[in-house]
Amino acid sequence: MRSSALRKVRIILAVLVFVIITLSFIDFRQIIPDKWFNIVLFLQFVPSVLDFMNIQVLASAGFVFVLVLTILTGRSYCSVLCPLGIYQDIISRVGGRFKGKFRRFGYGKPYNILRYVILALTLIVMLAGSVFLISLLDPYSIFGRSATYLLQPVVIMGNNLIAAVSALFDNYTIFKVDFIKIPFAAFIIPVLLLGLVSYMSFTRGRLYCNTVCPLGTFLGFISRLSVLRIRIDEESCTHCGLCAAKCKASCIDFKNENVDLSRCVTCFNCLTVCNDKAISYGLWKIGPGKTDTEPDQDKRGFITGILALLAFIPRTLKAQDTPVPKKESTVPENRTSPACPPGGISIEHFNNYCTACSLCVSACPNNVIIPSVNEYGIAGIMQPRMDYHKGFCNYECIRCTEVCPSGALLPLALEAKKLTQIGKVNFIKENCIVETERTDCGACSENCPTKAVQMVPYIGNLVIPEINNEICVGCGACEYACPTKPYKAIFVDGNPVHQDAKKPEEKELEVQEMEEFPF
Amino acid sequence: MKRRDFFIKSVGAGLAAGAAFSMGGYNKLWASPASATTYDMVAIMGGEPDAMFDKGISALGGITNFVKKGQTVVIKPNIGWDKTPEMAANTNPLLIKRIVEHCIRAGAGKVYVFDHTISNWVKSYKNSGIEKAAKDAGAKIVPANTENYYHEVTIPGASILKKAKVHELILESDVFINVPVLKHHSSTKMTATMKNLMGNVWDRGFWHSNNLHQCIADYATFEKKPTLNIIDCYRVMMRHGPQGTSVSDSMVMKAQIISTDMLAADTAAASMIKMSPEQIDYIPLANEKGIGRMDIENLNIHRIKM
Repeated sequence: MRSSALRKVRIILAVLVFVIITLSFIDFRQIIPDKWFNIVLFLQFVPSVLDFMNIQVLASAGFVFVLVLTILTGRSYCSVLCPLGIYQDIISRVGGRFKGKFRRFGYGKPYNILRYVILALTLIVMLAGSVFLISLLDPYSIFGRSATYLLQPVVIMGNNLIAAVSALFDNYTIFKVDFIKIPFAAFIIPVLLLGLVSYMSFTRGRLYCNTVCPLGTFLGFISRLSVLRIRIDEESCTHCGLCAAKCKASCIDFKNENVDLSRCVTCFNCLTVCNDKAISYGLWKIGPGKTDTEPDQDKRGFITGILALLAFIPRTLKAQDTPVPKKESTVPENRTSPACPPGGISIEHFNNYCTACSLCVSACPNNVIIPSVNEYGIAGIMQPRMDYHKGFCNYECIRCTEVCPSGALLPLALEAKKLTQIGKVNFIKENCIVETERTDCGACSENCPTKAVQMVPYIGNLVIPEINNEICVGCGACEYACPTKPYKAIFVDGNPVHQDAKKPEEKELEVQEMEEFPF
Repeated sequence: MKRRDFFIKSVGAGLAAGAAFSMGGYNKLWASPASATTYDMVAIMGGEPDAMFDKGISALGGITNFVKKGQTVVIKPNIGWDKTPEMAANTNPLLIKRIVEHCIRAGAGKVYVFDHTISNWVKSYKNSGIEKAAKDAGAKIVPANTENYYHEVTIPGASILKKAKVHELILESDVFINVPVLKHHSSTKMTATMKNLMGNVWDRGFWHSNNLHQCIADYATFEKKPTLNIIDCYRVMMRHGPQGTSVSDSMVMKAQIISTDMLAADTAAASMIKMSPEQIDYIPLANEKGIGRMDIENLNIHRIKM
């Protein structure tokens, strides 16, 4: 096939996928129905692999589809399904605009040692039981983090601006929303990675995908064997080099009429520029094909740069700060474990499957899920945790468990979620307003959805909290509401393994009827 | 635009001069309208929330005694929780709907409904049924979830809560109708009229850490008082308040209390949930502040059985 329609179809599909995924990460009002982006999320390779390893059902086997797609068509995933790949095409195009008509990619040798080392390292770390590298480098997750931490705030800012203006005209259809309160350190990884990806694509097209991205390298192995592929017809090729100049993957060695299929992302740009009709997309013809080029010995400066970057990240991060006290409480909270969102089963399970794509962070209507810094240890950096200073888990909500594409959070029915204890309540009487000020407060108990925190008679008319961990679900509503600073008088300590909470007792009321006014 | 102009003006006048001064120009807009009432309180029992309101308000001479043509009305229900109506954690949506209808029929220029919720506000507005009920009746649902909707006022009569950030609609509207739901409350034992006003302000944490009961009484002295208080006692949460853990926490009381006097309404409400008003510290404290009448036995109460 030499039709330019192939390229058009690729672009249309890519735009569609890109828009859907981007919207799903910035949709803070949950306007878009889940089924829109469920299909696209289902096809995200790395989350899907993890999800499948986790629950072994076909419903989570989107990666199988991608594998089949790759063996049939080459790395189409990279062109039409990978949001980061599509993002790079956009950036690369912008970069091209800057260079005007002099933009030429040209053939470049692959950085084989680097790409294989990164893939090998990623796999070794994964086999060792950590998703640290894969979650750091998975293109979908990089995109998700960038969208959540860098794009969503901009969108919210715009929204709030419109809201402020429309409120002047008494219109509240668009309303102000709060920003997710993210620890500053958590910005470093999305900024660095997106910066790196953007720079590489601005100047060199798909260099990131073909050098750093472990998924790109992995799919490259398969696409070498793909049924459909880009071919150069030696008879009609005039070696004009237009195809190579247009190839953002720098994978067309036109002098030798060879296409490096491990790097070709089947964008079909070459098809549309070839005046000689020498380049086509079609079935693999067995013949005296030419092998890929030798590993490139010239590693250039950026190799050291990337390795230095990977080594540098962990050292730049510190724990988040505590709020400034006004009227000080005295006893520090003794936290033994962070809390992971419901559906996480255990911290271990959650850490093993989460790619830190941050979809749960952007989907949470209560902004209680935020990226961790070192709460899970440095290997769990960016994996989300519950922060009860920022919000609390809505008792009636299961949003995060519904959106998670990697099975780190498994779906929970609402009734099951209401009985899932992700942490336990702890009361520090010495910090409590009722004890220190001898005035009523009870903010914790008001906010408690199960009445695991109850107010019981104290001195005189005063009431003081009493906790019951049998029915506590660890939602953190009490901690969020507690007004003491800097230490809370009530806090939730995460459960390393989520437990079952008992259902709050339901007793009949003694009084059932009222016939006369009592006054 | 009128509302913005007001804030620009009031900032210009200088908040240091005190709210009483800076809002002086507004007084004529919310001048006391309740002169035509003959009863101090109307209590209704035995009907549906909307039918009880119909009876009650007509006993007070109709809503036109409180809402004049072209006036802006703000209705403040309790929408604090992401709970469905049968949980009785929020004001009954049917009652809100009927109040809005009355206001609109009386020729109100605009009718607004809002609450500073505790649960996620979008979910609370929706799942309480109040958003739909109010919109259907022709009211405007207004958010109260970010601080910029609130403006600082001074409360000269306060002992502790000398300043508070109050929702702009409370400050700007001509008529303020307070529509709490009667509930057991874990920290203050009861929530009804005065406690519902906590949803008018931004920083509730301050109240909790600085003598909650006194702050409730203090806020009740703020000059922008409810024109009318309507306590929804249709379903009443008797324990595990203020949000409840199950439907079994509430009983169907099928009652309603309407009064212009917040203290009298709360005093009557206390007895509905079998408590003495003295047990609820903010009631005697409000009495000391002269908010209204605690001696409801001396009031002219009209009781209606349906």
